[in-house]
Amino acid sequence: MEKVLTRNIGSEQTPTDLKAYGANGGYQGLRKALRELSPKDCQTVISDSNLRGRGGAGFPTGMKWSFVPMGDSCTPGHKYLVCNADEMEPGAFKDRLLMECDPHQLIEGMILAAYTIGADISYVFIRGEYVVAIERLRGALAECYASGLLGENILGSGFSLEMHVHPSAGRYICGEETALINALEGKRANPRAKPPFPQVSGLWGRPTIVNNVETLCNIPHIIDRGADWYKTLGRGEDSGTKMFGVSGRVKNPGCWELPMGTPIREILEVHAGGMQDGLQLRGFLPGGGSTDFLVPEHLDLAMDYNVIGKAGSRMGTGTLIILDDQTCPVGMVLNLIRFFAHESCGFCTPCREGLPWTRQVLQDIEDGRGQLEDLETLAYQVKYIGAMGNTHCALAPGAMEPLQSALKYFRDDFDRHISGGCCPYHPHKARQHQQIGTGA
Amino acid sequence: MNDAQMIQTDLGTVLTREEIRQIDSELAHVPYKAGAAIDALKIVQAQRGWVSDESLRAIAKHLEMSAEELDGVATFYNLIYRRPVGEKVILFCDSVSCWICGCDAIKAKLSAKLGVDYGETTADNQYTLLPVPCLGACDRAPVMMVADDLITHLDEAKIDQLFADVKAEDSVAGGEQ
Repeated sequence: MEKVLTRNIGSEQTPTDLKAYGANGGYQGLRKALRELSPKDCQTVISDSNLRGRGGAGFPTGMKWSFVPMGDSCTPGHKYLVCNADEMEPGAFKDRLLMECDPHQLIEGMILAAYTIGADISYVFIRGEYVVAIERLRGALAECYASGLLGENILGSGFSLEMHVHPSAGRYICGEETALINALEGKRANPRAKPPFPQVSGLWGRPTIVNNVETLCNIPHIIDRGADWYKTLGRGEDSGTKMFGVSGRVKNPGCWELPMGTPIREILEVHAGGMQDGLQLRGFLPGGGSTDFLVPEHLDLAMDYNVIGKAGSRMGTGTLIILDDQTCPVGMVLNLIRFFAHESCGFCTPCREGLPWTRQVLQDIEDGRGQLEDLETLAYQVKYIGAMGNTHCALAPGAMEPLQSALKYFRDDFDRHISGGCCPYHPHKARQHQQIGTGA
Repeated sequence: MNDAQMIQTDLGTVLTREEIRQIDSELAHVPYKAGAAIDALKIVQAQRGWVSDESLRAIAKHLEMSAEELDGVATFYNLIYRRPVGEKVILFCDSVSCWICGCDAIKAKLSAKLGVDYGETTADNQYTLLPVPCLGACDRAPVMMVADDLITHLDEAKIDQLFADVKAEDSVAGGEQ
């Protein structure tokens, strides 16, 4: 397979500087766009390519960009392009690799996106813990400013763009695009009500596009080589390649660029080397901590947005989290719900109050204090907290996804906790869980 | 806090000239001063390790916002510390992939070794232990950060190795951040 996103990323994972990036075709897409393509042309190419957002939602990128007011329809003032580099979804570890090893690819994608929507200011909103990526991006930005790839009149085209690396002060919810915008404005990162959508009224009330790191890394290649080429890369119905990852107790956990539509079995068995010795596959979350469990019968499905959607889950970030037969499914869901309860922004009641309630019910079951009625309570919570529209944003419904599917596929495990009065995976450690994870 | 205290706060002695210079350079990017609130908190924290009530009031005054509003921002973000922290903050990942790979046992080992639980600082003021959302290194789980260093493939032996010099003593109760 032809490497696209990782063509500059070798096994030693050393970062690519401007010279090396340029020598391998880098900034060719940008030069082509500034020379030959209008912003409208660029938007059309991206729409035609069927590129879908790689942050998890899979929204078509070209369509998102098309909502930005252009020309006379836009009131005078700034427009913003923001890269969402706030990778914090449990089990997701793909954007870190792209930023640490090939920062210029992201920057080129951002310049092209900004050119397309007419943005003059751009930010990489990156989680503060990614210190290596922050340092390398800042180094790459300095190289770009020094070579006329950023700043005033880029490469003599008349197009100007400033770019800043903006380390975040934390919190998972900043990955939600309107919460991210509030964080950039120096506020608490509560998500905003939509509409208005950020494309029309975002940062400081101005048109703003927020795109994921991996999404933006695709842009230079599509502009350079065209939508038709890009569509041939996928093996199924979706276009392009994708960073797929596997974590959990497999032989070779990691992250690989593979064609869209690669079967799950191939990712798990060929690339991740299969389960560690002595362990069997029980199930997996296909795209991070807020996606529904799938089980071994789904292994031959293609990793395409609609295919995974029809199976009852979401492709999300494309980073699989593997549940083995010696790990407690109730404990795993409890860990996830504890995470989401802790990361709730506290703005709306079902999320702020509902998730800690769910956590408590699950904790009781895990510790052997569960009652059969607790399963009805969990089903009730899934129904009401999990319904889009009952909460201010998608955090709480996302949190309910692994729970609802665990109740479906691993119901026996819940029953055994309740009837046995302890966790069947850790019968001697029933009390220990209470003391763990009670921190700040 | 009341108005009298606000007036007594002498900006010049509370924020350093360097802190004010750095905060003011952020103001160029925002349409009103409160827009630089998080940047200002980070600038002061970078100098002092944490944001005290006194620092918070001084920043708020400089940004022409109420201290209460700024505290609402400061306490929202887990990387802004409103209590003193040790020389190095340990950000321990206890999210799902690390949990599957056995981070609970490693957390117990680390807590025993350092004599601290989440939110607490070691008696010698070297380390503060905090939980952190998934660190995005799940293929190398379990992981944690010690100051700016990502430490991967944690096991109990590695904890012993990393903190070989530390003797477990009673911790200073740091409370929740």
